[in-house]
Amino acid sequence: MSKSAPCADTPLVLARPGRHGSVVHACNRVARRVGVRMGARVVDMRALCPELSVEEADLEGDRRALARLALWCQRWCPWSAPDGDDGLILDVTGSTHLWGGEPATLAQIETALAGLGLRARLAIAPTQGAAWALARHGAEPRAICTQGEIADWLAPLPVAALRLDAATVLLLHRLGLKTVGALAAIPRSSLARRFARDRKALETPLRRLDQALGRLPEPIVSLAPAKRFRVPLRLAEPVMDPQPYLPGLVEDLCRILAAQARGARRLRLVVFRVDGEVYTVEAATARPTRDATHLLRLFDGCVSTFDPGFGFDALALDAMVVEPLAATQVGLDGKQATDVDLARLIDRLTTRLGAAAVTCPRLEESHVPERAEHWAPALAGGMAASTGVPAVERPLRLLAWPEEVRVLYAVPEGPPIQFVWRRGLHRVTRHAGPERIAPEWWRERGAARLRDYYRIEDSDGRRYWLFREGVAGDGRGGAPRWFMHGLFA
Amino acid sequence: MNIESAQASPKEASIRPAALREVFADSRDGSATGFVVASLADATASGRPLLWVQDRQASRQAGIPSANGLAGWGVRTAIIRVQARNAADLLWTMEEGLRCAGLAAVVGEVWGAPAALDFTATKRLVLRAEESGVPAYLLRISDVPTLSAAHERWHARALPSAMPRHDRKAPGPPRWALDLFRARWRRPGRWEGQYDRAAHRLDLAAPFSDGAVAAGQDDVQIRAMR
Repeated sequence: MSKSAPCADTPLVLARPGRHGSVVHACNRVARRVGVRMGARVVDMRALCPELSVEEADLEGDRRALARLALWCQRWCPWSAPDGDDGLILDVTGSTHLWGGEPATLAQIETALAGLGLRARLAIAPTQGAAWALARHGAEPRAICTQGEIADWLAPLPVAALRLDAATVLLLHRLGLKTVGALAAIPRSSLARRFARDRKALETPLRRLDQALGRLPEPIVSLAPAKRFRVPLRLAEPVMDPQPYLPGLVEDLCRILAAQARGARRLRLVVFRVDGEVYTVEAATARPTRDATHLLRLFDGCVSTFDPGFGFDALALDAMVVEPLAATQVGLDGKQATDVDLARLIDRLTTRLGAAAVTCPRLEESHVPERAEHWAPALAGGMAASTGVPAVERPLRLLAWPEEVRVLYAVPEGPPIQFVWRRGLHRVTRHAGPERIAPEWWRERGAARLRDYYRIEDSDGRRYWLFREGVAGDGRGGAPRWFMHGLFA
Repeated sequence: MNIESAQASPKEASIRPAALREVFADSRDGSATGFVVASLADATASGRPLLWVQDRQASRQAGIPSANGLAGWGVRTAIIRVQARNAADLLWTMEEGLRCAGLAAVVGEVWGAPAALDFTATKRLVLRAEESGVPAYLLRISDVPTLSAAHERWHARALPSAMPRHDRKAPGPPRWALDLFRARWRRPGRWEGQYDRAAHRLDLAAPFSDGAVAAGQDDVQIRAMR
């Protein structure tokens, strides 16, 4: 199964780390046409095709996407599982008649997957092994193999179709056994004896052959869908204001969560209007909780913003993300710890103002001031006290973006004498510096200029942090420019 | 005399800690921020986090607080910075924060004279702060003092800094002209504030009456010392 590439006319490969440098994990059709092979080293393929563009493969992400796709495929049958890193196995026994027979089912699956941008090779067979072989090595697209003809279908296929590892396949080739039919013609006792010492008891050719032909059972372990925490509520007749139903809804959800020892991290309230309009509100919490009063307050005032029209007739409350939460002890005075209070404060602020508006500082190892600290959402966790005092004095306030100022200074590298900032003239009476901060060449592009920071004080006693970007004649642009970056107290 | 002893002088033994302090300042002047952070030293010593709320114009005009800068001023606790869209959101956020006893202090910054910030709004803040015991500070940037229920109302303005010990050309420890023009539990007055970064101490001193001395001219200072 391969995802169709966004730009089809440039050769593109995905690389994964291998033992001797990165190897090709997947490639698009153009790359395959110029001779790129899967599993070959990327440097070799570059020699073959210099304009090859290489992207890092996200193996873990692929695996997660495949698991999600396996659940999505349960629309055709109730039993599905991912099969290796590149396949899905569906147990369609008894469910194909709902889709108009086996050929129609396969055609529908192929169309639906094409709608997702995926190309698939499909096959139906009585055993898992036979279906695997026909999907990957069969000559016919959408092969359908029935109970009595497995051996006939498999006979012309190469031995690699038996789900064997590369070493075993190589050995079989050296023994002259190229096809499944040739392998099946060997007496069972000889096969068992020859491959008994390989310590691969589960993957011997004999066992694989038996599984493919249906002589050995091979059950499929289906993915269990994640338990959903959802409380739906259908009203007998439409109401204008759904607010009175919310407390009951939240309490029901909290009861379900408590029974499973879970706490909600992300909630969604869906309100359905009579005419099909749907309103959705989402709320997130900084730590798992199932406190009904707190959860109810997260939805304070949002229901009143919905246009009732002819009324609402259904509500649903969903805990989309849950985390384990054991029962907690409440203090004798009935109060909980202050960190619980704080987490709830962050929840309420985030729900009303948005996650990007409620932030905590993250300090990083960098000399460039705007990179040394950045504000990250408090909901993501990691709220921590600062560890130490910075070695050099930093201003109490930093401007969000350095503002350009016009400066009179002793050329080429003297301190500022006077400057104009926001149309106000400031005369510099004292200065300290410069503190030179070189650009971080491993992060920035080559034209970034160094900065000379000055702590200055103007004639009114206001203290500022100015910097000059670059020096004259550094070959990285014209005359140096000056910027206002911060305000000292 | 530092700020706590100024509050608790024997003559005014009945004064109580202010629940809400307003500090008026110019957007191009960091001294009000310095004064607020210096007065927070006791509150943040508890290790509880600090809630810092700004409306959009305040952060755009006067910048955002710097975690490294605050750490240098003795604020070692975690900081939660909230960017409010407007003054109404800011006041709501401050009220929510003041309800939470797990905070060291709540600092709000508004720019201009927003209509939402009226007497009722400040009274609500005062009530919430008195209930929970969390001190509140309201930095009013480029604002005019209108009616307010705040217990203390200050003006802060920068003064030429004190002479540093080593480099006489460099800016020294900051000094501010502080004007307490309205107060509930104490007598208004004017001070010269000076902050000692090493000791994390805010000192308030009566201003010089001689303008030339106050301006920090060296020869005048020497003459005055004789």
